[in-house]
Amino acid sequence: MPAPIRLRELIRTIRTARTQAEEREMIQKECAAIRSSFREEDNTYRCRNVAKLLYMHMLGYPAHFGQLECLKLIASQKFTDKRIGYLGAMLLLDERQDVHLLMTNCIKNDLNHSTQYVQGLALCTLGCMGSSEMCRDLAGEVEKLLKTSNSYLRKKAALCAVHVIRKVPELMEMFLPATKNLLSEKNHGVLHTSVVLLTEMCERSPDMLAHFRKNEKLVPQLVRILKNLIMSGYSPEHDVSGISDPFLQVRILRLLRILGKNDDDSSEAMNDILAQVATNTETSKNVGNAILYETVLTIMDIKSESGLRVLAINILGRFLLNNDKNIRYVALTSLLKTVQTDHNAVQRHRSTIVDCLKDLDVSIKRRAMELSFALVNGNNIRGMMKELLYFLDSCDPEFKADCASGVFLAAEKYAPSKRWHIDTIMRVLTTAGSYVRDDSVPNLIQLITNSVEMHAYTVQRLYKALLDDISQQPLVQVASWCIGEYGDLLVSGQCEEEEPIQVTEDEVLDVLEGLLVSNLSTPVTRGYALTAIMKLSTRFSSVNRIKKVVSIYGSSIDVELQQRAVEYNALFKKYDHMRSALLERMPIMEKTASNGPTEIVQTNGETEPSVVEPKHPPPVTLPTNQGTDLLDLLGGNDMALAIPNTVPTKPASAGGELLDLLGDLSLSGGPAPTPAPSVPTSQPSFLLDGLSSQPLFNDIAAAGIPPIIAYNKNGLKIDFTFERANPNPNIAVITIHASNTTETDMTDFVFQAAVPKTFQLQLLSPSSNVVPALNQGTVTQVIRVLNPQKQQLRMRIKLTYTHRGSAVQDLAEVNNFPPQSWQ
Amino acid sequence: MIKAILIFNNHGKPRLSKFYEHYNEDTEQQIIRETFHLVSKRDENVCNFLEGGMLIGGSDYKLIYRHYATLYFVFCVDSSESELGILDLIQVFVETLDKCFENVCELDLIFHVDKVHHILAEMVMGGMVLETNMNEIITQVDTQNKMEKSEAGIAGAPARAVSAVKNMNLPEMPRNINIGDISIKVPNLPSFK
Repeated sequence: MPAPIRLRELIRTIRTARTQAEEREMIQKECAAIRSSFREEDNTYRCRNVAKLLYMHMLGYPAHFGQLECLKLIASQKFTDKRIGYLGAMLLLDERQDVHLLMTNCIKNDLNHSTQYVQGLALCTLGCMGSSEMCRDLAGEVEKLLKTSNSYLRKKAALCAVHVIRKVPELMEMFLPATKNLLSEKNHGVLHTSVVLLTEMCERSPDMLAHFRKNEKLVPQLVRILKNLIMSGYSPEHDVSGISDPFLQVRILRLLRILGKNDDDSSEAMNDILAQVATNTETSKNVGNAILYETVLTIMDIKSESGLRVLAINILGRFLLNNDKNIRYVALTSLLKTVQTDHNAVQRHRSTIVDCLKDLDVSIKRRAMELSFALVNGNNIRGMMKELLYFLDSCDPEFKADCASGVFLAAEKYAPSKRWHIDTIMRVLTTAGSYVRDDSVPNLIQLITNSVEMHAYTVQRLYKALLDDISQQPLVQVASWCIGEYGDLLVSGQCEEEEPIQVTEDEVLDVLEGLLVSNLSTPVTRGYALTAIMKLSTRFSSVNRIKKVVSIYGSSIDVELQQRAVEYNALFKKYDHMRSALLERMPIMEKTASNGPTEIVQTNGETEPSVVEPKHPPPVTLPTNQGTDLLDLLGGNDMALAIPNTVPTKPASAGGELLDLLGDLSLSGGPAPTPAPSVPTSQPSFLLDGLSSQPLFNDIAAAGIPPIIAYNKNGLKIDFTFERANPNPNIAVITIHASNTTETDMTDFVFQAAVPKTFQLQLLSPSSNVVPALNQGTVTQVIRVLNPQKQQLRMRIKLTYTHRGSAVQDLAEVNNFPPQSWQ
Repeated sequence: MIKAILIFNNHGKPRLSKFYEHYNEDTEQQIIRETFHLVSKRDENVCNFLEGGMLIGGSDYKLIYRHYATLYFVFCVDSSESELGILDLIQVFVETLDKCFENVCELDLIFHVDKVHHILAEMVMGGMVLETNMNEIITQVDTQNKMEKSEAGIAGAPARAVSAVKNMNLPEMPRNINIGDISIKVPNLPSFK
């Protein structure tokens, strides 16, 4: 068998390969040759073969069959063999292979070898890839070598000890005695590695840290060494660009940081030297800046005096203005760390940081963005937001998601006005729309719903944005939801904040239908659009068009769309009387903290009129002090009333069927109102359970506020009973019970109420529209009154019903509220 | 701690790869490829720090690189190392290579991968910086190389023969031997190089 080719030859041959396939072929041939050579147990050329194998491994080809050969090389006596063997072991073996344990004995022998280089090799290999078992076995040898006087071995032993401690933390105690003399060495290599060892020990174990602080008097020793380094003149051996051993200086500073953290004595001992380093170091080259950077980090972390801290932040400020990008990057990183503690100091550099947003460098931009968000506060929100929005426009896609979320958060916390907030959101949605996170859409919807006076303005702007561009899904989703909810405001052309645009119902429906058919819309967006169209059926008059659209989608391939369309269809056909009740405006959603179950139902962001749900989604009226409406009880004129948007004009059987929906009730499905009497009284508890917060129900007994008779005329009697909504003492919950003493039913019964301006009113849906005759049952309805100023509650009510074939309408004022209800 | 040291050229071919944490071979190659992609996209005048890629990076790790002529030197480090210090370390490493190889170029790294590994082993051990003094490193490496040579080294016998011939002291051979009018020309003996 001819002698295997040399490594050099192999490399030359491989380099002549012109394609990947050729290279692979050559390598495979060589691998085969190497394998047969290994099988022949050829000692002379083994190291050559393993060297070739390592080269091929670097190129990415499998080389695991060489692992055992490495072990054989390590066991050989020749230095060359050992060198390649250990190198191969470090590259090819790791603790996952069982083979590596075979090395333990070899390493042990080599650690006691006569030649220091062999010992060095063994230490190196152990320090690189020693597993925990190997470390446990060999820790004693390492510890012995740590105490030797040979500096070459000592420094290697120190780093090996670090590795051992990382793998087997319990052995840390073992190395403690050896560390006593480490710092008195002259050799910088040993000093450096010793500091690394001490750093590792202090970081791992707080006991060690305390020990070093007190007993060993580590801090004075380190300070002394550092001082020598700075004060000593030019030393050719350790000089790097004019500074004496900067690597060691940086290491020592880092160890000082760990020792001084949260410890007053140590911090005091190092104040002087830190000030000295900070002022004396030359900043023209990278080395000087590296040392300064480390010093600044140390000053910020320990309990330094304020003068020193100011010095540190100023150094960072200088760094920010430096031309060298690396320095700027490093400065931004450290400012990010200190912004929590020294917020005001960092604010001073805000303009420089904002300038960094415009830098071309991706890493710097990212740091600057994070830092900018940390610096936003109530005072600078407008200016900062302008810069950040500009940044959002021009930045790379990888930043957009983070930036958009950051903008939303900042806007939520510090928005100076609702209009500004909505403008900002609009801006983000239109510029970075597709990168906005999915969970922002419901948050935004909640925000928009809660800014009541901005509804018209918001929906108008969103509509205009939709006309421009329908590709950004979050924007489209929010816009279609708003149009669904507030389409009537859009069409009516009222807008206080902006020039109102003239939009017809058909145009709006065109846009929404466009969304449904467009290829750009995701299934989720289509769902939003379909529901929005459905909601418009109660707000617009062109119901037929809507019916057509909805029935088309009843056979859509997308299951979700199909289900929605089928249910909406059913709503048109069988439950048309309920449609308006179901598709009413959403109430104000309070933040999840306050009221329980209601919120969870409502913040879904859509009305889900799925008929199978036992929880009846609450159709609710808007509170009465909506800009357009009325209420001046105090002035006594112009009583526009809180009109429930439901205008139930449907026949009497409505009540029974409403109850039908509540599947889990033991009602017979009959439409006749006769089951109704018993049920409405027990009904309230179920309805209320779904509608209002749980505590409400529990409070009925507990409240103890006496009920009042609010109205009693022509056989119609209305009682008010009171509860307090538990989580919010300003809300009084009133339940009206309407009963009928005449012999004929009162049908189409509508109860409306109005309160003075300082109150807010919420009318939940009535249990039915029919007040059965002869007190056979009552109609109940829940009113929630928010009374933040604790003024006396007054209410004007309007009743309309049909009795004995004629429509009756009556107005009344209720003044006899018990004091407990509004105090 | 230094997680990995990679050297590759402008086309992404690896010239040296040393990992201080364990990955299997495929992952290592993927890391090299991904790092190359990230680093080669960088402009000349941006900073030398990159937040790492998916594989070798993580929230804590950074890629610190320097570009010399046709080679990229990339160190993947965590937050316990000073970023500016690592930049200096790369500089010291390259200067050491320069001294050891006399005006080092990419070819030197290609053909002497094992030597580069040995030099690196004197500087960084187990992911931690061992020695930063250039002279010290060079002394140690030279001594060890001498030891290897005395044992015959990887190349084996042929190299010994070559070095033996190199050290031979051949006396100067006269070109023209004048023996009167016999003009016998002694052929030129080729000089041993």
